[in-house]
Amino acid sequence: MADTALVDPETGLTQAQLAARHGLRVAGERPSLAEYSRRLWSYRHFIAAYANAKLVASYSNAKLGQIWQVLTPLTNALVYYLIFGVVLAQNQIPNFIAYLTTGLFIFNFTQSAVLAGTQSISSNLGLIRALHFPRASLPLAATVTQFQQLLASMVVLIGIVLATGEPITLKWLMVVPALLLQAVFNAGIVMLVARMGSKASDLKQVMPFILRTWMYGSGVLYSVSLFERLPGWATTVVQFNPMLVYIELARYSLLERAPLLNESLAQLWLVGAAWAVLAGVGGFIYFWRGEQEYGRG
Amino acid sequence: MVDQYEASNDVTVTLPRLTERIPTVVVDDAHVIYRVHKGAGGGSTPVAALRRLVKRSSAPNIQEVHAVKGVSFTAYRGEAIGLIGSNGSGKSTLLRTIAGLLPVNRGAVYTQGQPSLLGVNAALLNDLSGERNVTLGCLAMGMHPDVVARLAPEIIEFSGINQRGDFASLPMRTYSSGMAARLRFSIAAAKKHDVLLIDEALATGDKGFRKRSEQRVRELREGAGTVFLVSHQLSSIRDTCERTIWLESGVLRMDGPTDEVIRAYEAFSNGK
Repeated sequence: MADTALVDPETGLTQAQLAARHGLRVAGERPSLAEYSRRLWSYRHFIAAYANAKLVASYSNAKLGQIWQVLTPLTNALVYYLIFGVVLAQNQIPNFIAYLTTGLFIFNFTQSAVLAGTQSISSNLGLIRALHFPRASLPLAATVTQFQQLLASMVVLIGIVLATGEPITLKWLMVVPALLLQAVFNAGIVMLVARMGSKASDLKQVMPFILRTWMYGSGVLYSVSLFERLPGWATTVVQFNPMLVYIELARYSLLERAPLLNESLAQLWLVGAAWAVLAGVGGFIYFWRGEQEYGRG
Repeated sequence: MVDQYEASNDVTVTLPRLTERIPTVVVDDAHVIYRVHKGAGGGSTPVAALRRLVKRSSAPNIQEVHAVKGVSFTAYRGEAIGLIGSNGSGKSTLLRTIAGLLPVNRGAVYTQGQPSLLGVNAALLNDLSGERNVTLGCLAMGMHPDVVARLAPEIIEFSGINQRGDFASLPMRTYSSGMAARLRFSIAAAKKHDVLLIDEALATGDKGFRKRSEQRVRELREGAGTVFLVSHQLSSIRDTCERTIWLESGVLRMDGPTDEVIRAYEAFSNGK
């Protein structure tokens, strides 16, 4: 028995008693939630630097480099416009191209954040097994990277919205809090899928399907008035879909005559804020509870 | 295959004693098991993935690797301990467990303060320049940005990657493996540590760099309470450690003064 053989010859204490007597702590012990938040805050520079680095690295092999940050959303918008605007001749929505791109860019923020988050633990195992830092830094950095991408997309979006003849109004300012709420929501969801993805690596394969379904349920590509034809309960479910809420908030702010599913602005803000708090706090706590396990892979 | 526990205890008692020996690392019957995915058995299509996700319980393609099997020992302040053993004997895993980077499956590891692992495995971003990797690595060790800005030129200077032109501004994927390892070591060695775990860090790089890094490790040792050194170069263990632990396929084979353990280990390796 290794235990008995290694009892300290002088004191006769077992290993655990010896550790307790000298105030030793369990290695890699999970800190309390408050302590964890404090540590995470002190790693904010790392999160920012890592997010930036990822952004730069993702284009470092492309000849056009950072220009792709703008080109990717533009080509995306162009493809969907060709199919839904020209081929399928969508004409019940006024200013369809602005309607489409708003939905597309807002949804893409969550979609790419979730995809990056699913792998944020499993693709960084080397870093996790080598250095000590609050693991939540990784999913948060993934969210920040996508937020930076979103800002580039927003510049494109503003250009499209102006070019299609929408007036500049004070309502535009509402886009800022709407995007911030969505960013908090995303951070929570990303932490959730990061922990799930660290255990079940198959999640990476399933995620595209979930996201595709979510996109069709968020009224990105077609008029949200189509949802009103669903049975009553289904319409209610769609009304509380966080992605639909964030997209509608952006459409409400930027576009004059866009069709909306939620007519009440107060309800939009309330549901948007509630989702942000729920996902943000819930995702953080869920991720923190797995903190010790991430090194195992 | 003599059980060496008793002998090692006798030896421990006769070691020169400080007034009171303060333990810094206590490992109590630690087990570490890796779960390894052997790759998809039933194809890698999304449908197969979904099916596997639903029927998680079966998980046929997962194999368990029992890397550390019930290791127990106590390390005291002021000790330098060498870890030896053949490849795959669980040395690196044990260090990661002490550092708190890998959780134990059974047993416990207690440490004083936060041990730091100094390894060449710290994964950096290969698409980024050496300079950016230095900044990132230092921030990941919890340094303040001001400190990082001050230390970064020193780290690059120490690594010597700029000896062949301005490599610090080139992406790390253009580095030779030796250069990358040197940069990683230089980043990790830039910080002060309480309990220091060194994993093969001295084996990389050319002769000049090895000299500089051994010097750096000695400096770090003076500041640290306890040092663990994993190495296959028995000479560097002999030079730096007075106590040595020998691991063989995850089991603690011997624990005692360096000379004795190395002699037994060499007899074992030659006899194989």
